[in-house]
Amino acid sequence: MESSSSTRQLLWFFAIAVCVKLLLIPAYHSTDFEVHRHWLALTHSLPLSNWYADETSPWTLDYPPFFACFERFLSIFAHYIDPQIVDLHNGLNYRANSAIYFLRISVILSDLWLLYGVCRLTKNADVKRRNLIWVLIVWSPALVMVDHLHFQYNGFLLGWLLLSISFLQEGKDLMGGFLFAVLLCFKHLFAVAAPVYFVYLLRHYCWKGLFRGFSRLSVLGAVVVAVFAAAYGPFLYHGQIQQVFNRMFPFGRGLCHAYWAPNFWVFYIILDKVFSFFLKKFGFSIQIPAASFTGGLVGDSSPFAVLPKISPSTTLIMVLLALSPCFIKAWTNPQPRMVARWIAYAYTCGFLFGWHVHEKASLHFVIPLAIVAVQSLEDAKHYFMLSIVSCYSLFPLLYEGQEYPIKVLLLLLHSILMWLGFSTKFTRASAPNTMVTAKKKGAQSKSIESSSPAAEKGGFTIGWVGKSYLLGLLLVEIWGQFLHPYLLGDKFPFVPLMLISTYCAFGIMYSWIWQLRWIISTT
Amino acid sequence: MGKKKEKKEINEKVDVEAVEIEDDTWWWLTHKGIGATFLCISVFALLVRVAVSLHPYSGAGSPPKFGDYEAQRHWMEITLNLPVLEWYRNSTGNDLSYWGLDYPPLTAYQSYFHGLFLRFFDPDSVSLFTSRGYETYVGCHSSRKNDCAWHIAMLLLNPCLILIDHGHFQYNCISLGLTVAAIAAILSQRELLASCLFTLALSHKQMSVYYAPAFFSHLLGKCLRRKNPIHGVAKLGLTVLGTFTVVWWPYLHSTDALLGVLSRLAPFERGIYEDYVANFWCTSSVIIKWKRLFSVHSLKFISLTATVLTCLPSMVQQVMAPSSRGFLYGLLNSSFAFYLFSFQVHEKSILLPLLPASLLALEERRPFKWLMFYGLFSMFPLLCRDKLVLPYFALHALFMLLYHAPCGHGGRPRNARPNNTKFDYFDSFKTFMNGFIYLSSFILHIVYLTMHPPEKFPYLFEAIIMLICFYQFALLAFYTNVKQWSLLEHSTTEEEKKLI
Repeated sequence: MESSSSTRQLLWFFAIAVCVKLLLIPAYHSTDFEVHRHWLALTHSLPLSNWYADETSPWTLDYPPFFACFERFLSIFAHYIDPQIVDLHNGLNYRANSAIYFLRISVILSDLWLLYGVCRLTKNADVKRRNLIWVLIVWSPALVMVDHLHFQYNGFLLGWLLLSISFLQEGKDLMGGFLFAVLLCFKHLFAVAAPVYFVYLLRHYCWKGLFRGFSRLSVLGAVVVAVFAAAYGPFLYHGQIQQVFNRMFPFGRGLCHAYWAPNFWVFYIILDKVFSFFLKKFGFSIQIPAASFTGGLVGDSSPFAVLPKISPSTTLIMVLLALSPCFIKAWTNPQPRMVARWIAYAYTCGFLFGWHVHEKASLHFVIPLAIVAVQSLEDAKHYFMLSIVSCYSLFPLLYEGQEYPIKVLLLLLHSILMWLGFSTKFTRASAPNTMVTAKKKGAQSKSIESSSPAAEKGGFTIGWVGKSYLLGLLLVEIWGQFLHPYLLGDKFPFVPLMLISTYCAFGIMYSWIWQLRWIISTT
Repeated sequence: MGKKKEKKEINEKVDVEAVEIEDDTWWWLTHKGIGATFLCISVFALLVRVAVSLHPYSGAGSPPKFGDYEAQRHWMEITLNLPVLEWYRNSTGNDLSYWGLDYPPLTAYQSYFHGLFLRFFDPDSVSLFTSRGYETYVGCHSSRKNDCAWHIAMLLLNPCLILIDHGHFQYNCISLGLTVAAIAAILSQRELLASCLFTLALSHKQMSVYYAPAFFSHLLGKCLRRKNPIHGVAKLGLTVLGTFTVVWWPYLHSTDALLGVLSRLAPFERGIYEDYVANFWCTSSVIIKWKRLFSVHSLKFISLTATVLTCLPSMVQQVMAPSSRGFLYGLLNSSFAFYLFSFQVHEKSILLPLLPASLLALEERRPFKWLMFYGLFSMFPLLCRDKLVLPYFALHALFMLLYHAPCGHGGRPRNARPNNTKFDYFDSFKTFMNGFIYLSSFILHIVYLTMHPPEKFPYLFEAIIMLICFYQFALLAFYTNVKQWSLLEHSTTEEEKKLI
């Protein structure tokens, strides 16, 4: 009875979001729209052996095989609605209403999988927490902006991740591992958390004595291998594995995307530029590289003037280094309730130190963190800041004027809802509890956001540091949107974007440090 | 030891409190006070409006006359480039047959200010003559931004209003906003302010006259109960006249100019009805061909009589026993009367009864929902023509979802229904009829979209929609009139004394 009413409520949340998403159908969509339409056509019109070899369009298939199968599944309906959508040649850049409606509605419907993941995750939570998590995930503005405006299928993919986490939290490790393997065959970008999964599953699931442990390990291994075999088997059969991997891992692209994701490398680039500027002033001859970041070009030549070149393996090592405390914790004390945090932390590290990271990848850790955001006042405050910063960093994705009010209002609405939700959950009445638990944790009362006076007052408040950072965000936006065009016109067009990247990078770095500290400090 | 026990007790108490509070799903939205809730809902309403403005508007890309959006743009062009006296006059500069101004001067002033704003960004869109049919992005965009700025005082997620103002494109929100302000002033006993605001609303869109009987009768009723009624009436009269004078100042120097404006406001030559609006004249014209039987002049008289007669009960009730609740019902009834029986009513005029219905929504939940449903339905053919089908369905669904919010109060009457174990035939018949009509309306939506009407009756579907909607509106109007009269029986002398 209770579960059916909670499902009804969840569906209500989802339905409201669907109404808003339906209204956004005619809005701007990026080239990703054409990418997915082309993949529909590709998988529909060509046999499996040609999927990764076809060159009809520059938008070649660069996701793993399960996603291609998903597109094949969708293309059945697309063909039924309007055959030209899936026509390989005539459908190129097809912009008819049928195509737009079909693709948009397919994203809306695929969000049902995300809904299922959320439902499973929150079925045991109390009402307040549950509603709050729903507000944070089902009504996430970042998801709306990336999936339903810019156009991608992240909701569907994150559904798999959340499902996997939900099974791990219940202790059903095999299922969790299986779902994660499936997810990897949908989008390989999620593999950043694979080491964490590996360590956790090994320790929690397999470390049960020699015989039982070994049998469990082999079962787990068999399951994972089976999933990969199902995905890549056909291509192995056709001898195309090399081609598939070439398409999936295009390392020819540079360290940074044309618009820099707000990660650690932003600081590295800026440091490089600062050094080259000063060294030039002091008379050293510095070669300004052809592929400069501000030009937005990508390529193999080192775009750094002074500092050493960064290669993909360097980034990999840095990610693994950043993840090491997490490995240690997962190994020494594998607790199911910590899984969501570790996985989110893994994606944070991947975002900060990874190769050719898109700003959209911030979704991968912001959504899982929503699950833990309701657990304590500290988590709530951290999530409040992180969510706003990551959503704001997505603004440059929607650069057309008519979406401007929409993205601003989405962020504003989300902030208000978070504020209201968190202040309800952590009111003065529950302050004694939080104070008691804070004391239990040890001397962790000194946080960057001066929360100790807040904890004494009770309730959800943001310290002066947080407030000034958010104010700075507003100022960055005012500069980028109004002052820069007014004062500088067309000169230095990259400056507003650079400003957004850098400013948000501070926020994301803070989140990383906060998460790291939290993970290290828990027993 | 004692401290620990105390803390434990506090914790337990807190837990108990927490459990009680948790039962209400929406506590988190409302616990910070009405201001925060209002802010939250307004931002969401703004978001929905901006999203709707992404969709096509009336007359998009269809020369030579385009649609309402072009009308608004043209008015900005006229008011910016011509002197005030020329605005309502037919001249070489101002061709009245091409979207001539047919709203009172306040709309004209508003167009002027918007035109100033638009000229700053995009002068070409408002240059005389050359800007006809100008449909760029900027004009479209900033006009709608202007519209958004006026939306604070309204009940914000009214789908009819959103679809008409942001989809089809009009500026009803201004006059409706002013009316709401006037209503608020009346409810807080500030009558002079109310009359001033309502006069402004009237000077913005003449359709606000739908509410005039209610305002008039309520204020008259209030004045009559005072010690010095003449004094009260004189004060109000002066306020009204003063406001009119200020707004209509440019046109008051000669009766010619004034009549010129007035004749634009009341285009009787357009006939007693246009298109398929769900009011009495249009619906009964299926059987009685009014336009053929009577001249325009006699029809004017007939419709005036019918409107006044229908308004009369509600007006009399208010004069006899003015009250806040009665006033709201009065507004609803007079706007219904006008909608059903007045001359040259548009489908969009259903917005006018909807406003007081929304204000009464907490008391009359089901009627409000019906009115919204059938109001939207009556506008469906219009919205289909403007290609606003998707926003129509999305907003309708959104409204229904919000109305039936889980653990909210939608649909359930506040007063507990008496537990009748007896099988009530009348009730079940009513439920059956309602359900049947709901279902047929829903099916009609789909039929209208997918099927073609027979050759002999090209407007068959519009006619059926009109019939169903008229039936519902007539029923609702009857119900609300009865409700208002029942207030008369229940009002005690003490209540009346309190209101003075």
